[in-house]
Amino acid sequence: MGTTTPMTGVNVERSLDRLAHEIIEQLGNPGDWALVGIVTGGQHLSVRLADRIEAITGVRPAVGTVDITLYRDDLYTGLEKPLLGETKLPFQLSGLGIILVDDVLFTGRTVRAAMDAVMDYGRPRYIKLAVLVDRGHRELPVAADFVGRTVPTVLTDRVRVDLVETGKSADGVRVIPEGEQV
Amino acid sequence: MNRKDLLGLKDVTADEITEILDTAVGFRAISERRIKKVPTLRGRTVVTFFMENSTRTRLSFDLAAKRLSADTLGFSASSSATKKGETLMDTARNIDAMKPDAIIIRHSAAGSPHMLAKAFPWSVLNAGDGINEHPSQALLDMLTMRDHLGDLSGKRVAIVGDVFHSRVARSNIFGLKTMGADVVVAGPGTMCPPQMAHLGVEVKHRIDEVVEGADVVMMLRIQRERLGAAMMSTVREYSRFYGLDLDRLRRASPDTLVMHPGPINRGVEMTPDVADGPQSVILEQVTNGVAVRMALLYLLLGGEPLGEDGA
Repeated sequence: MGTTTPMTGVNVERSLDRLAHEIIEQLGNPGDWALVGIVTGGQHLSVRLADRIEAITGVRPAVGTVDITLYRDDLYTGLEKPLLGETKLPFQLSGLGIILVDDVLFTGRTVRAAMDAVMDYGRPRYIKLAVLVDRGHRELPVAADFVGRTVPTVLTDRVRVDLVETGKSADGVRVIPEGEQV
Repeated sequence: MNRKDLLGLKDVTADEITEILDTAVGFRAISERRIKKVPTLRGRTVVTFFMENSTRTRLSFDLAAKRLSADTLGFSASSSATKKGETLMDTARNIDAMKPDAIIIRHSAAGSPHMLAKAFPWSVLNAGDGINEHPSQALLDMLTMRDHLGDLSGKRVAIVGDVFHSRVARSNIFGLKTMGADVVVAGPGTMCPPQMAHLGVEVKHRIDEVVEGADVVMMLRIQRERLGAAMMSTVREYSRFYGLDLDRLRRASPDTLVMHPGPINRGVEMTPDVADGPQSVILEQVTNGVAVRMALLYLLLGGEPLGEDGA
């Protein structure tokens, strides 16, 4: 079986619309929490969510980024040393809620690392997780609070989230079976 | 970067230098946080093995390793068994038996880090070998220059003092030439012999000639411990001819950076009003030192494969 496209551009848009509404419904005033995109997959999504939340409530939530390179548990397993991304949390974390934003939730290891990284900057009131795609195969006890779409996959599949911000011609989510070209 | 050791900048490429400096910029932010520590090198053991005196470099490497969560232990000349007659190889074999992951070595014999790097599986970082190289110092100098000047290509760097006996100068010359900068050196003939031109630098004997038009003026420390009496007549005379004071600095542009690898002999290499003046970036060099050394440890140690079980 070849590559499938479980989400097209319009699906991504609608999912983000719904996620924005759900986040506001559950967490209330955007002044009480901040969106923190995990570098690189969650960076653009957190900005898109912030745009939507601002359009709905009239208040723009604080937006930050967290780079997990130095907190990874697989740093020694590959030979390539990943370049450091930028962690930018331009607000006081204590007392603030944090919503981590990522494109794909897979093993849960990235989220574990992101939580550790955020905690080193302060003591947030809570941390929640919003993802565009949950593809399953968790290796840690991690669950998302806000999910755009649950996409069933095989462990060896690769899941690619294309966003126009990264130079792609259109948004979309592709599932690529092992052995197929990305 | 894919190497086990960092022994000198002589054979390090421009791409590698850029990678190290870019990585260091990322690490700088960690030292600004409340929790100045990341778990990246947790469980790794870094040995600082200093057979010559050092405060700054040893502290800087020690702090860099600790901020990456590595365990550090230190050997120094005064406390080690070398004083009791043990050879360098025997000392190294004993350290090896304790299963370290990296050794940061300073030794008065040029080439000693290279010898250890060949003989042992762990990473070796040269923190100064005789009059040969001191690569991490040159990297932090280049990071400081890049912060202020941008791309180093075409920039003019003047190095003044005992260039011949300076490992800091040699590493800077190798690194700066690789990055496309022009280097001009000045000092008395005993410290700046004409043969230095083989390193690709201009050799002058008057400080005023090199200060003018320089983007950076790097003053070297007069290493009283390494100098015989023949190198200069008196410190006072040296200072009169080669010390940097405000009058001399005025020959350069107001944007020219003044650097010094430390420790400064105030009143010898430069006057206090220059050392503490607005053009001096000496303390930025120290701050950048920790970031550069974190980057080096990360790039050299971070990529070693572990077993399947992560053990």
